[in-house]
Amino acid sequence: MTIDALQTESPGVASGSRPAGVWATSVRNRGVVAGALFVLFIAAIGVLAPLLGTLDPAEINPAFRNKKPGMERTMRADDGTETRMVHRFGTDTLGRDVYSRTLYGARVSLLIGVTVAVISVFVGLVVGLIAGYVRWLDGFIMRIMDGLMAIPAILLAMGVVSLTRGAGLLAVIIAIVIPEIPRVVRLVRSIVLSIREEPYVEAAITVGTPTVLLLIRHVLPNTVAPLIVQGTFICASAILIEAILSFLGIGIPSETPTWGNIMAEGRSLFRVYPHNIFYPGVFLALTILAINMLGDGLRDALDPRFAKRL
Amino acid sequence: MRMSDRLPVLSIDGLSVRLPTGSDRLHAVDNIALSVGPGEIVCVVGESGSGKSVTAQAVMGLLPRELKADAGNILLEGENILGCSPMQLRRLRGKRMSMIFQEPMTALNPVMTVGSQIAEVLEIHTTLSERERRKRVLDMMSAVHLPEPSRLINAYPHQISGGQRQRIMIASALALDPALLIADEPTTALDVTTQAQILRLIREMQERRGTGVLFITHDFGVVAEIAHRVVVMQAGRVVESGTRDEILQRPKAAYTRMLLAAVPSLDAPDRAPKSGPVALATERLSKTYGLGLGMSHAVRAAENVDLMVRRGETVGIVGESGSGKSTVARCIVRLIQPTSGAIRIGDVDVAQLPESRLRTYRRHVQIVFQDPFRSLNPRRTVGASIIEGPVNFGLGRKQATDRARELMQLVGLPPEALSRYPHQFSGGQRQRIAIARALAMEPQLLIADEAVSALDVSVQAQVLKVLDDVRRRFDLAVLFITHDLRVASQICDRIAVMLRGVIVEQGPTADVFRNPRHEYTRALFDAAPGRMTQFGAFAVST
Repeated sequence: MTIDALQTESPGVASGSRPAGVWATSVRNRGVVAGALFVLFIAAIGVLAPLLGTLDPAEINPAFRNKKPGMERTMRADDGTETRMVHRFGTDTLGRDVYSRTLYGARVSLLIGVTVAVISVFVGLVVGLIAGYVRWLDGFIMRIMDGLMAIPAILLAMGVVSLTRGAGLLAVIIAIVIPEIPRVVRLVRSIVLSIREEPYVEAAITVGTPTVLLLIRHVLPNTVAPLIVQGTFICASAILIEAILSFLGIGIPSETPTWGNIMAEGRSLFRVYPHNIFYPGVFLALTILAINMLGDGLRDALDPRFAKRL
Repeated sequence: MRMSDRLPVLSIDGLSVRLPTGSDRLHAVDNIALSVGPGEIVCVVGESGSGKSVTAQAVMGLLPRELKADAGNILLEGENILGCSPMQLRRLRGKRMSMIFQEPMTALNPVMTVGSQIAEVLEIHTTLSERERRKRVLDMMSAVHLPEPSRLINAYPHQISGGQRQRIMIASALALDPALLIADEPTTALDVTTQAQILRLIREMQERRGTGVLFITHDFGVVAEIAHRVVVMQAGRVVESGTRDEILQRPKAAYTRMLLAAVPSLDAPDRAPKSGPVALATERLSKTYGLGLGMSHAVRAAENVDLMVRRGETVGIVGESGSGKSTVARCIVRLIQPTSGAIRIGDVDVAQLPESRLRTYRRHVQIVFQDPFRSLNPRRTVGASIIEGPVNFGLGRKQATDRARELMQLVGLPPEALSRYPHQFSGGQRQRIAIARALAMEPQLLIADEAVSALDVSVQAQVLKVLDDVRRRFDLAVLFITHDLRVASQICDRIAVMLRGVIVEQGPTADVFRNPRHEYTRALFDAAPGRMTQFGAFAVST
């Protein structure tokens, strides 16, 4: 016993096998904190948009088209009271307030980002577990995934949206989810393939653990950290793809404000009135940057092997 | 013959290496002193964590960044290494000191031919032309007895065997005739017959060239084979040093005595044949890989294996890596499906049962794996791992936990430890937990697949004792798979020797050890390191 107690383990093995203090290491990582704070900030803007001095983002005002940022305007209500307000980001070709549209646009962007990430991670997880564990289904599933990956994401999205005429939020989400699924499936499958060889999984088989329990108890927990990381990247890319689709005019209908839609409307008069593209563009770029920082930071915090290499 | 009058090649004096704060002790090595004379082999022996590898790294100037030597001297032919700049160190390495490692596959660059890896040393340190270098490389390769050097010079590391890779390592380490060779567990990853050849080679090269060798090992068998002098280390300190015979025959320190006493003897005691009911019988059990579509050749991992284990009996399967012993074990617990043959558990043949009908029989056969660090789920408490099986078979959580507490005591661990996680235990403790997990299923047959091979010798002895205790207590049939003849001789009633998937010899352990009939068995015994030395014999004489 005494010798046994004295025996020290090599630090590499011990740290790798330890259930890491994920929360503690994440909070210590600056990228995670900065990224998360900014994403929360954008989310708060989206949710609280009506309280932030905005107008109805869809309200058209022919008298105030293409005004530069900082333009003041007086509004007269039906009862005769007057309120003065400032078009902080200017107005677009239909006289809509770009500030209001940009703030409301955050709703659609984040909603699409998060929904796409959750759906594709969930579907990919289930399909990946099956592909990795049920050997005879593996080839079949993975060839389908290879096929999906061979289709350009934008092209597929255009196809899906044009098939469901009157493209709405749901069509756009489906269109973006489909090409993301194979990436998650591949990731989960590779994790399952390496974990299923671990002696502790084999030991669980020999004590008669049913397959479903085996996957949930012993295999699934190993996929959580990589999937959180992958989820953030999917979220960022979904927001970008939505913006691209809207910019091309095949995404969300143009009366709904999204960053892509706002930029699409500003496209023709970009040289004269750059603010139409500038403000939503800045929001888009900063949000993507923040989400990617969050993802990179989480990867460092959750995957000790990767962090050590840096 | 030994040159204590001449200047030592290596002399370490008062060396201390500090561990980062927060480690379990202050120093990795603490105030150690040792010296290696020209033409002398000094073995540093110790268990894992004793600081022997750190000592080697300090000499080569290869200490990891977190570790710092904070006191003492390391003199290589009179020059203090600790004061050397990285540039000076680089000039010393290869030329005046060199090193060979445990794992020859990872120590060689997989994308360079072995010839160019030996030539690299010459290219860096000499001004030889390419033609001269090639000639020197070929000379070195034949000096280390590699077959057909002119063909092997263009081979890549994965194309040659482990023993050949270690020969390449030795050739490149000795290419410039260094004064000091550091060998860090150079034979631990090799099979016993290959190990014997490599030990012979190191000895031959060292005698011919007068190299001083600092040989790091945990294996007293190897020490008995090769050492002139021995340094015993424990927890960073030198416990004892002296000539080989002093240490092996007349050890003074209690720790050395304990280590030597824990080395199992190669003399298999006579054992009464067991007559319990048959728990396991395999008939013509075979497993062939690569029979699927598009496979060019099939690998017969196991062929016509006939084994029989009675209740209360321990049967050993002995063989080198790739002999198929683990394949047989995995077939019997049905982690893999055998290609043909029968596996009778009691009177049911489980060899081809589908998973749904197999489940009932799973509880009768349990296995303990080799790697203590991977055989328990790191995210689950030890208690959750132990009760998983019984709960699968319908036992209540409460009862299962009560039973787990008893089992923990049985394997010598406190029952409170059930709520802890695997990383809080040492390797030996984890193997006990794995045994407890297996016992929780109340099996008839327990398979130990190299279950003590990854453990230090003193811990090994404790785990073996636990295994033997539970065998007696539960009247278990034990199938004990090992490459270690010493362990097999002490615990097995009968043994089966496997070679390339076939059992070449089978019989009562004492008979097989005294009169091995098959030539491979004889080769195996001849290769066992330290077979002429009776370890722990001092205990009787003093």
